[in-house]
Amino acid sequence: MESVLGRYKNLIVLVVVLFAQVLGLAVQVKRTTDTESARLIRVWAVSAVTPFEELFVWMHNGAGNLWHNYFYLRGVRAENRELKQQIEQLRLEQVRLSEDAAQARRLQALFAFKEQFLSKTIAAQVIGSGGSEQSRIVYIDKGESDGIKTDMAVITVNGIVGKVLKIFRSTSQVLLIDDQSSGVGAILEKSRLQGIVRGTPAGEVVLEKIMTDEAVQPGETVLTSGGDRIFPKGLPVGVVTHVANENRADLFLNIQIRPAANLSKLEEVLVVTKVDEKEPSPSETGPVRAADVLAQRLPSVPDKPAVAAQPSGSQPSLTPKPPVEKTPSTQPNLAKPGDAATTAVSKPGTAVPTKPAPSNAATKPTETKPSALKPATEQRPEATPVKVLDASQVAVKPKQAPAPATPPPPKPQDGPQ
Amino acid sequence: MPITYTSGEQVEVYRFNWAVNIGVPAAALWLQSFLPLHFQFFKMFDLPLLVTIFFAMARRNPISGLLTGSVIGLFQDALTGLPLGVNGLAKTVVGYGASSLGVKLDVENAGARLLVTLFFYVAHEIIYFTVARGMVALNQQWSWPHELEAAFANALVGVFLFFVLDRFKQRT
Repeated sequence: MESVLGRYKNLIVLVVVLFAQVLGLAVQVKRTTDTESARLIRVWAVSAVTPFEELFVWMHNGAGNLWHNYFYLRGVRAENRELKQQIEQLRLEQVRLSEDAAQARRLQALFAFKEQFLSKTIAAQVIGSGGSEQSRIVYIDKGESDGIKTDMAVITVNGIVGKVLKIFRSTSQVLLIDDQSSGVGAILEKSRLQGIVRGTPAGEVVLEKIMTDEAVQPGETVLTSGGDRIFPKGLPVGVVTHVANENRADLFLNIQIRPAANLSKLEEVLVVTKVDEKEPSPSETGPVRAADVLAQRLPSVPDKPAVAAQPSGSQPSLTPKPPVEKTPSTQPNLAKPGDAATTAVSKPGTAVPTKPAPSNAATKPTETKPSALKPATEQRPEATPVKVLDASQVAVKPKQAPAPATPPPPKPQDGPQ
Repeated sequence: MPITYTSGEQVEVYRFNWAVNIGVPAAALWLQSFLPLHFQFFKMFDLPLLVTIFFAMARRNPISGLLTGSVIGLFQDALTGLPLGVNGLAKTVVGYGASSLGVKLDVENAGARLLVTLFFYVAHEIIYFTVARGMVALNQQWSWPHELEAAFANALVGVFLFFVLDRFKQRT
């Protein structure tokens, strides 16, 4: 007997070790949560690896910041100029979109719909990955001690990333949406069709459970539906890239999605730690219509020279600053210099398109050229009051050539408030 | 072909100090976790597998080889988020096989190492695929071109890695 054991010792040990692992696998597959021993091994492995990753990421970021912030500043001015132009364009777009948003909020309030707000998020650094083609997970440098819990949504500014799968003391494991075991409730933005976003073994992201008789076009945006109770409704998931119905017998379409967030180059993410759900009230829609604010922004108000516009003795305390943008006389309540909306008003030479003056539109509607962004005066003559900010925040805008035919608009402080 | 059959008396058996025994697998696991973040193509490589093969062939002890493979595989599973044992089973078998082969063959030269690594990479993937599909019900896709490409890439990296790790060998 001893000779047999000695002879097949290696093989016996192999069988025992394999059997133990098979047994362990069977237990794990049967249970939805890790057993104590399994969790212990995970904690050991993560504790052994992640400190080095955190250290390396910290050193990498430190060196990168030092280089980019203090040494390599080539092209920063040009980039800064471009970014400013982009900001101005985006502000205009924001105003236009806020009109739609305000209307939506009014309707939601009217129908007592509940809205979800990301009331609290934690920024985290991605420090490691699963390192395997079969599992698509990443590690972040925030864990239980930072208030992270399992099943919390992880997002970037571009779109959703995944959910917290496992938490450790100072790190967490995040399951990406392109993993085959992930699932996200999703809705198509235009057609409002609902489905489930899943990962494939090849690392692609697909939208499932859309019937073949539905029309889905490539390019359509996919948003979270909120149905999974993990991701709040309305977050970008991705864009439809390919729609196929290869097998006629299939009930569902094969829809491929390009994720909105770049899952292969994740650096910083946000963990949504708190989502508030409340019914919006009409007062939250704000006292000012977006189009009214837009009317102030359009840079074609025929300003008078500062001297002519300001009668002697009525010069406000902003004397050292360049003259502020004026508001049309027909909209006395709209423009208060210093309204947040007037911040970074376009300067000559910037990318903001020259539009017909809203003030002109108010005084001479027939002269107004067609514009995609209509001044509020064309839509509603009566304006609502705006929120007034501190005078120190007044944005400045160089005056344009005065328009002789138009009477000088009164100073903002001259209008009734 | 550089692979030659050797008798048990002819083969060299090596050992490693404790720092290498712990540090090299830990470094392999760390690199495997960290590098794919910045270089997506690195997911193709399996450094823990290469380290398992190296230790197994150097020690030429099947029990030591299978235990090394088992521990490295389990720790790799712990990092991937998959059920513990998928990599563990595959690397246990590879560790046993590589050490058993190391007893029979001279695997000290680059050509032999390339072929051995190539063979064990494919063997590892087949076991992994079988376990993942058969036991854990993971939806895996098998692609021979991809697996062979990855096997060659790992074998090439393995040759260089083994050359570096040879410096840590100590004769028994």
